[in-house]
Amino acid sequence: MTNQVLVAMSGGVDSSVAAALAVEAGWDVTGVHLKLADTPGHLQVQGKGCCTLADAEDARRVADTLGIPFYVWDMAEEFQRAVVDDFAAEYAGGRTPNPCARCNEQVKVVGLLARARALGFDALATGHYARVEDGRLYRGADAAKDQSYVLYMLGPAELARLRLPLGRLTKPEVRATAARLGLRTAAKPESYDVCFVPDGDTAGWLERRLGHRPGDVVDGAGRVLGHHRGAYRYTVGQRRGLGVTAPTPRYVLRVEPAAGRVVVGDRAELAIGAVHLERATATDGHGLRPGRAKVRLRAHGAEVGCQVAPVDDRVRLDLDEPVDAVAPGQAGVLYDGDLVLGGGTVAATEPK
Amino acid sequence: MPYLDYAASAPLRAGALAAMLPLLERPAANPSSQHAQGRAARAAVETAREQVAALVGAAPPEVVFTSGGTEADNLAVKGAVLARPPGGRHLVCSAVEHHAVLDAAAWAEADAGAQVDLAPVDRFGRVDRDRLAGLLRPGRTALVAVMAANNEVGTGQPVAAVAELAHAAGAVVLCDAVQAAGLPGVDMAADGIDLLALASHKLGGPTGVGALVVRPGTSLRPLLHGGGQERGVRSGTLPAAAIAGFGAAAAAALTDRRSGAAAALAALRSRLLTGLRAVAPDLEVNGDPDPAGTGLPGLLSARLPGRRAEDLLLLLDRHGVACSAGSACASGAVTPSHVLVAMGRDPVQARETIRFSLGHASTQADVDAAVAAVAQALEVLARAPVAQGARR
Repeated sequence: MTNQVLVAMSGGVDSSVAAALAVEAGWDVTGVHLKLADTPGHLQVQGKGCCTLADAEDARRVADTLGIPFYVWDMAEEFQRAVVDDFAAEYAGGRTPNPCARCNEQVKVVGLLARARALGFDALATGHYARVEDGRLYRGADAAKDQSYVLYMLGPAELARLRLPLGRLTKPEVRATAARLGLRTAAKPESYDVCFVPDGDTAGWLERRLGHRPGDVVDGAGRVLGHHRGAYRYTVGQRRGLGVTAPTPRYVLRVEPAAGRVVVGDRAELAIGAVHLERATATDGHGLRPGRAKVRLRAHGAEVGCQVAPVDDRVRLDLDEPVDAVAPGQAGVLYDGDLVLGGGTVAATEPK
Repeated sequence: MPYLDYAASAPLRAGALAAMLPLLERPAANPSSQHAQGRAARAAVETAREQVAALVGAAPPEVVFTSGGTEADNLAVKGAVLARPPGGRHLVCSAVEHHAVLDAAAWAEADAGAQVDLAPVDRFGRVDRDRLAGLLRPGRTALVAVMAANNEVGTGQPVAAVAELAHAAGAVVLCDAVQAAGLPGVDMAADGIDLLALASHKLGGPTGVGALVVRPGTSLRPLLHGGGQERGVRSGTLPAAAIAGFGAAAAAALTDRRSGAAAALAALRSRLLTGLRAVAPDLEVNGDPDPAGTGLPGLLSARLPGRRAEDLLLLLDRHGVACSAGSACASGAVTPSHVLVAMGRDPVQARETIRFSLGHASTQADVDAAVAAVAQALEVLARAPVAQGARR
């Protein structure tokens, strides 16, 4: 086994410890921090979002502590095109994207791995909570932190070159390791937000990019119940901000951006019985096979059993029990126990 | 380890270290103090002042010590703007000035009621004199900033000709000579320069010290107030040891210049270019194709089409070869250089540019090691067709 390993270091505790464990494993480690945003310094919010100057500095100091070479690469253009623009376009199209999955696919893992290989590195290591064993992708040991969901699109070529040193650790163990090694990121808070929307106001962010696109809030029969400032402000299952008064709570059932309509209904109408995935991929590179699996439709949502029926790169999933509020654009990820079989993007759903 | 990044910072000269050590080891001494130790420190500072003045054809009292080139540029731009009434705060800067000039000018525009025009450059990075002349506003232009030679591509500027135009319009001339002060050298009197910025570490002195050389009669408002040092233009206790090192480096740089160092560096640069062309026939040189004379003799800015500077730097670093990409942002990432963009390169081309810079201790062995490392780096990159696709 050859051991020149590039480690993606965001400046957070997870990737710091991943780098430290890579060094402890005896690999020849080089750290790289990806500058993904061009946010001017005075607009950066300390401790919010990611990819701030402070994050780059944290990553650099950890690399110093570990005694490894460290570089900052500007991938802001790739990130803007593949993740940020895509995020806005997806919302404009009435879907609910998963920017982290998109980023892993286009920039952080697949894109970076290709670049690492081009520079002669044998492998890429990241701080994701997931495991790669015998070239297959598995859930991380820490169920609460498991990030296998956002890595489902990796195939055998990538998995053979990806190392995930945190796969068998829990978050408290990762923090304890960071503290033991004296890494300055040991107590750094988590970032939960979409990193390029540091104030967490996704609707406001979208409005600045997409402008006012007023339209109607309607019921299933097409009756106008109210008005909205932009259909992109709504996600399937959303209850707040509808501006509709009704005897029972109303939920968003569908977003129809072309017509500018947001369709609302009862909670019972949210129940989904079948899901169609597009751009489906399998982690073994052979395509998804018909049969039984469990599917997860949200990053930290519950899993339900399903029957898998692939048709080319699309897959129909018949759910054993109904799932509420599944939005087109989300990732659907298939598991067999802890093994990630693959997944795809939700293209359409069928009510129960 | 082959060091080819003199334009970023030159290694400390032995003479500079020797000049500093006694001052660092001696008991505390403020050059302004009225006792024997103070006088000794003051003597070291004044010796350095003479050495720095001699390097640039100035008189010693014209030298104002600062914390470095950035402060010198800031003091020149802001000090000259603030010395003028609000109606006379127009600035003209070449588009390829260092950020210490451009960003100080941007500050003056945002916060001091100044107007700023950027003078365009040709594809070699040389200021277009006629177009610069068209930007001048007689009686209202406070300052014209044209560097002696560019830090990223090495192109020399027609400073004397620009100074003539600027003076005719009633403006003062700032010449950032941070890179060029040693080689090819500048002469304040001959070139008609009113304000000249210097940095010690580019000459082989310590970091943290520089100077603004101010021709008598040039109005300048101070930016730092306090003890009134440096004739009230720049308050702050003088770092005697650092200044002594700066002076020694300036003296050594002058000796080098007079003993034909420019020709020796030009020969090394030529060896480097020949070697690189042999391993990268598609290499393109940025800047003046013949830098001899007015440009930086030891600087080579090269574009390697299809290869990212970031990738090359990593691979060269792995071989212990130090050079740089045009410019880096605060995080350390390589950003498209404003100089290359002003010269008509697109941002992608600008990101494919690396800079080698040679100086006082450079050897043929350094150059040959750099060529060998570039050859290996290109081999690694050529082996990976995957990356070309992933890069789009």
